[in-house]
Amino acid sequence: MRQVLAGADARCLFALSRLSDPAPRGAGPVLSAVPAERARGRRAALSFATIAVVLGLPLWWKTTETYRAALPYGDIDGLSQQPVQLVVPMAVVFAPGSVPGDLPRPLPFRDVQEMEISVNLRTSVTSRYEMRYRSTTAQEEAALAAATAREADAALYPLQDTTLGSLTMYVVPETSSLLPQGISVYVGKHRSALLRAGGGLAALQARLREVTQLMSFTATSIAAALSDRVPDGQLGPDARRNLKSSLGYEITFSLLNPDPKSHTVDWDIEGAVNRFVKPVLDKLSLVANFSVDSQILYYAVLGVTPRYDKESSSFLLSAHSLPHVINPVEARLGSSAASLYPVLNFLLYVPERSHSPLYIQDKDGAPVSTNAFHSPRWGGIMVYNVEAPASPQASLPVHVDVDMARVMEVFLAQLRLLFGLSREEVPPEFLLESPGNEGLADWELDHLLWAHTVENIATVSTTLTSLAQLLDKIGNIVIKDDVASEVYQAVASVQSAVTELSLGHLLAAFQASKEAVTCSERAFFDPSLLHLLYFPDDQKFAIYIPLFLPMAVPILLSLAKIVRETRLRKKEPTKMD
Amino acid sequence: MAAAVPGASRARAAAALLLLLCCCGAALPGGLQDQAEQFFRSGHTNNWAVLVCTSRFWFNYRHVANTLSVYRSVKRLGIPDSHIVLMLADDMACNPRNPKPATVFSHKNMELNVYGDDVEVDYRSYEVTVENFLRVLTGRIPPSTPRSKRLLSDDRSNILIYMTGHGGNGFLKFQDSEEITNVELADAFEQMWQKRRYNELLFIIDTCQGASMYERFYSPNIMALASSQVGEDSLSHQPDLGIGVHLMDRYTFYVLEFLEEIHPASQTNMNDLFQVCPKSLCVSTPGHRTDLFQRDPQNVLITDFFGSVRKVEITAERLSLDRDVPGLESKFPEEELATEPLKYAEQLPVAQIIHQKPKQKDWHPPGGFILGLWALIIMVFFKTYGIKHMKHVF
Repeated sequence: MRQVLAGADARCLFALSRLSDPAPRGAGPVLSAVPAERARGRRAALSFATIAVVLGLPLWWKTTETYRAALPYGDIDGLSQQPVQLVVPMAVVFAPGSVPGDLPRPLPFRDVQEMEISVNLRTSVTSRYEMRYRSTTAQEEAALAAATAREADAALYPLQDTTLGSLTMYVVPETSSLLPQGISVYVGKHRSALLRAGGGLAALQARLREVTQLMSFTATSIAAALSDRVPDGQLGPDARRNLKSSLGYEITFSLLNPDPKSHTVDWDIEGAVNRFVKPVLDKLSLVANFSVDSQILYYAVLGVTPRYDKESSSFLLSAHSLPHVINPVEARLGSSAASLYPVLNFLLYVPERSHSPLYIQDKDGAPVSTNAFHSPRWGGIMVYNVEAPASPQASLPVHVDVDMARVMEVFLAQLRLLFGLSREEVPPEFLLESPGNEGLADWELDHLLWAHTVENIATVSTTLTSLAQLLDKIGNIVIKDDVASEVYQAVASVQSAVTELSLGHLLAAFQASKEAVTCSERAFFDPSLLHLLYFPDDQKFAIYIPLFLPMAVPILLSLAKIVRETRLRKKEPTKMD
Repeated sequence: MAAAVPGASRARAAAALLLLLCCCGAALPGGLQDQAEQFFRSGHTNNWAVLVCTSRFWFNYRHVANTLSVYRSVKRLGIPDSHIVLMLADDMACNPRNPKPATVFSHKNMELNVYGDDVEVDYRSYEVTVENFLRVLTGRIPPSTPRSKRLLSDDRSNILIYMTGHGGNGFLKFQDSEEITNVELADAFEQMWQKRRYNELLFIIDTCQGASMYERFYSPNIMALASSQVGEDSLSHQPDLGIGVHLMDRYTFYVLEFLEEIHPASQTNMNDLFQVCPKSLCVSTPGHRTDLFQRDPQNVLITDFFGSVRKVEITAERLSLDRDVPGLESKFPEEELATEPLKYAEQLPVAQIIHQKPKQKDWHPPGGFILGLWALIIMVFFKTYGIKHMKHVF
């Protein structure tokens, strides 16, 4: 009995062991694991490769990317091609008896005259004069009945349109006595002018054009404002000498006393600034912020020794030695401690007793009446001669009280010239009213505003274009959010400035252009935009290869092996057939 | 017959052409004359100089002496300190190895002390970096920088840039720790041009293989001079046995000899500067590059860049003021400060500061390093002792 069971047990065990053995006959236990193992290995390599490519590469790309906020590149491109139109609203008022016979339409009517000022091949500015012709109202007639042109101008001032940039021309009859003999145009202190009628409409229009160009802008003044776009050689180096448009200016008055042993010079600069300079700066406050300071320098000598002239028994500084005068003094002026705005220096030089009196000679050898000279974009120097004391035994030092009115007349004239407001090229039959203590007429302020607005718009568009080119070219620079917002603001302000100009609102256009300049300068000169690390491509490879190569080699090799195996397997079935 | 007609027409055409040429010939000299006169004069109104010495340490004494000598010449010819940006390591004059403290000599036998007592160094010692140099050039300076450290040039400025130190093919070494490449320099100049920060620029470099630094310039109105070509070394001039180091480099030495003859009114032009230091004296071959410059170097005065000659005009106008104007109240009256003067103790609340409780520090999760360190420690522990010990830890 026991032997039968043992035999059955042994057979059962053998059958069981057969069942639990998964290997096919003849293959052997080692080879049976290989395809599964190989499949697992293949799957592992593929999953490594997929994770590396799908997860790793985008993650690396995203984390090594520099943050670049979006910029309006399209708008910036459009800025440089945008045509600028300068619109001057004008009213031409005919007094009774001055209406020319050949008017195309009866009064009142409107007319538009456009002119193109081409600066270079791509840029051109169009000027558009929108003229309203009408006849005088009763109040204006009463005002024009005044005795002199100045009184008429003062009486007409409250009746005019006084927005910045607008002009009013009054045409008076040919026989009127308002304008003196030989004068055909009188330009007032504000924004109006009196013209004498005469000739037909064509002559009147020609005269109107001359006056409006004088009172608003000329082709040369616009070209000078856009001077960096004008091709070299066209304007000449002398044209680009006015002060550049800036948000503020610093004015420094300095008194140079090289000989304190002989002269004790007292100048009431504070009083002079309050009485004479402040009204002018208040008028110019629309254009920029001004700050004024003053100093006295002792033992400051001119760099040039003046020549003694026997005939006039005075010392002379000739015109060609003047350029060398400024440099030795400039080191002592302390303009490096002043603000970041452009500094205008006005120097008053009291010559030494041994070199008194000192006169400046112009190119023809005649002494200059103002005894002063100025340098563009720098400032001016005036020589103040002190009379020799009556008796040679007078005790030294001699006390000198400077006549500040005489000095300020010259300094303020130099300030006007530095800004480009000169009254030299006026035709002889024009009479310009002197602006008095205000320093400049309203139309001269307009002149400045036109030039500065056009200059600001041009500056902003070049700044933004070059910034966009720079950021486009160098992909490594980080563009922060506040830089981007400044750029957006600058673009919006410039577009609004151009729109306001085309509508004829000069003040709004000027303020928009100022804001545009501030924003664009802040964006361009932001300290974070410094591209310091120049990464040539070979340096990039040198950085990334030691990091990625050790990881990539096994993956690539296993991928290559998988590809080879699949290709072999695909070939095998055909072979075995 | 057929041949005569084309012959006649050809003769007529030739006559017409000749006439045209004559007319053009008559008109041209007039136009050329105007152009020549305009190109003669440079349109600049002010001058700036950026002088950079890029080395430090005692054995680079000659680079500091080079830069200071150029500084002296430029000041002598009229450019004021406010228009000079001087970048020096400035560790020579007070160096413990200097046998004559507070001096830097440029001639042997201690003839000429170029340090003097009115030298104004704007960027000294470790402030002379590539970043600061590029910031000065491009103007991207932090707002707190003082005015003396800024290059406030405008579109009417002529700028002189002088660099000296150790250089190689395409780079210049700054303070033995970093370098500036010629591509970066060319890009910086292009950014200056885009913002119109210069009218004309003269770039002088006195290093080994200096010509490689100006190879990549592409902005207009730049003239460049270098002391040696690519593959050549610039050599130093003379050692002083008392001081123990070389005092100057050859190229700058001869340039300075040349500049000693220049005074503010001289009419010497750039072609003479190109001839300075021939190979026999300098051993290296100085090079120059003028293709980007619009004017002919013959017409460019040395004082256009090294000196500061201003254009002046006689003031012919005078404003007429009314003298009897009383003192005007300014339109914007300053507010009177009606507060009483503050005493110091009231401004500084000492009591509050002393009795302040320490602020509770916010809890931050442990950073990566700590986490990594702990992960390493735990991994090693479990490797060694096995996972079954985890219950002892947690």
